[in-house]
Amino acid sequence: MAARTASGGNGPEGGRDADLRRRGFLRLVLSGAVGGSLLLVIPMGAARLLSGAQEDEEGGGTSNNPAGRRYVFVVDVTRCIGCGTCCVADRNEFMVPDGYYRTWVERYVIEGLDEVHVDSPQGGLNGFAQLPEACPGVARDLFFVPKLCNMCARPSCVQVCPVGATFRSREGFVLVDAKRCVGCAYCVEACPYSARFLHPLHKTASKCTWCFHRVHKGLEPVCVRACPTGARMFGDLDDPDSEVGRLLSRPEAVAVLKPEMGNKPSLYYLGLRREVI
Amino acid sequence: MTMLFPAAVGAVGYVFPNDLHVHWSLMIVLYPYITGLVAGAFLVSALYRVFGVESLRPVASFALLFALAFLVCASLPLLVHLGHPGRAFSMFLTPNPSSAMAGFGYIYAAYGIVLALEIFFLYRPHLVERWRRSRGVKHLGYGLLTMASDDLSPEALALDRRIMSILARLGIPLAILLHGYVGFIFGGIKANPLWASPLTPVVFVLSACCSGVAGVMLAYVLLNRIGGRPVSQACVDTSLKYLWGFFALTFSLEMLEVLFQAYMGTDSWEALRLLLWGPLWSSFWIWQVLILSVVPTLLLGILILGRVGPGPRTVLGSLSAVLILLQVFFMRWNTVIGGQLYSHSERGMVMFRPGWVGREGGFVALGLMVLPLVILFVLGRIFPFWPREVNDFLHVVSARDEEPDRRLGIGN
Repeated sequence: MAARTASGGNGPEGGRDADLRRRGFLRLVLSGAVGGSLLLVIPMGAARLLSGAQEDEEGGGTSNNPAGRRYVFVVDVTRCIGCGTCCVADRNEFMVPDGYYRTWVERYVIEGLDEVHVDSPQGGLNGFAQLPEACPGVARDLFFVPKLCNMCARPSCVQVCPVGATFRSREGFVLVDAKRCVGCAYCVEACPYSARFLHPLHKTASKCTWCFHRVHKGLEPVCVRACPTGARMFGDLDDPDSEVGRLLSRPEAVAVLKPEMGNKPSLYYLGLRREVI
Repeated sequence: MTMLFPAAVGAVGYVFPNDLHVHWSLMIVLYPYITGLVAGAFLVSALYRVFGVESLRPVASFALLFALAFLVCASLPLLVHLGHPGRAFSMFLTPNPSSAMAGFGYIYAAYGIVLALEIFFLYRPHLVERWRRSRGVKHLGYGLLTMASDDLSPEALALDRRIMSILARLGIPLAILLHGYVGFIFGGIKANPLWASPLTPVVFVLSACCSGVAGVMLAYVLLNRIGGRPVSQACVDTSLKYLWGFFALTFSLEMLEVLFQAYMGTDSWEALRLLLWGPLWSSFWIWQVLILSVVPTLLLGILILGRVGPGPRTVLGSLSAVLILLQVFFMRWNTVIGGQLYSHSERGMVMFRPGWVGREGGFVALGLMVLPLVILFVLGRIFPFWPREVNDFLHVVSARDEEPDRRLGIGN
């Protein structure tokens, strides 16, 4: 109506003018709608771009690695005594519900050449006071292996997450955005290390984060801090003064779990035995 | 907690602590089962409309309605399963392109649109006629269904036929994609030795064809017998032949997978062997293989190759269809649940028995299987399952050389 008044009447000229204005208006509405829809579709990407930019500013690093650090976790199997302190610390830090494990400790008892008995009662939470039930013979060897998220460089969980709720940060942390997770458990099925579970209360995927919230503040993961023997180590691989940097630069046998999966874990083991899966 | 994620019942050997939970339960068994029925039923219709299998004409329109009724419910098991069903739409809005599961929204929507359009064009003459004859609320309802278009001129109907022809062809790859991708969801999980195989999506698609043919044929026989209408023997016989063919392929590939793994004898076989001779012994060997595969294969072979009268042929053929429908369900069960029983520790297995109550329990599963049948019944009140005029119209669509202005005899 306003267009008609402005064009000076309802004559053929005015009508054409109004028609043109209407078209222009419709074009604007259409492009607005398309633009708005795109914004709806790409918030995930936008959020990541924004967070990345922020990290760049804070960390002052390069665009590839804003924090300028390459974090790795090293477990020295020969030092672990199976006390379960790490598991208790983790459970207290994250209030992990019973029956679910962000980290656990396995006990391996080797009999003869290939008789392997493995157990992890309550994930090793209470230590290993009792001998394994299914081990009647004489043990040739006994050792403990702590397990946690492998923070893979090529994580299956990130690949399969249908909504991008699981992602890999620029520092190499594989994390879960609980506000985005739909709770489909596809990532739980895809993880070759069974490091994930669906949190029974939050109904979202959950797992070990290598205490990202602490590391971000310059602190160690709680399990590293709690370990009485120093079997769990964490740090920047590129920092020559860090313990992990020193360990992994030595000519020592370093292994990862299930390398055939191609996930390229950032969790390394020293003194790992072939019996460990 | 246990109601939400059913806990496993016991374990054998060493199982990683988090593997004690079977996260994908009955709902994820139902999901591929229902999508399989959807894809298979569509292919039954396509056999007539695209590939010109004339004897399947009586079920061609019904098969589409059957597919639609199950398609409407296909996403329900997923929604029941999700921890946060309210966020399900984000799979559509913010999909992760590397996730097989993220394709669901798009494939499901595309296939749903094609199927709904096909049914719309197929039944348009019927709906227009009802619109013209009805009054009040019914008139309004039929008006909405026809989208207020009552043009039944020869030109308009010819255009409808052209569109339907395109949709029928487009629907075939979409139906295969709908179920093939479901197979890919499992087949692409490298961490699971029971799932990780390029054969998985192929077996899923083929077994979908089996369940579709069996489901449509069984419903056709039952509904017509109950309704006192004659059953086309040619339609039943052709359905049985296709069922036999599809099932022979499916069963062969399922056995090939086991044989191949056994022959290679790698670590994957060790996992598979422990499962098949452990917790899956009865559900795989006794039920899936012996009772539900060998028996119907032999039965169908006798019915097709032997001299069996039409009456027993229909009854025993329907029995074979029931067995094959169950076989496909058992195959889904053994794949989905079985795959999760073997721990990533490679040293142990869990035992699992689902409960009847709870969100992912047996009662909900039964309800979700009955719901499509209720929807089918409601659809049948609006879209007649076996109307002469609709089948005539289909006939015109498939026989291109017929006179283009042939009238459809609506209301006659």
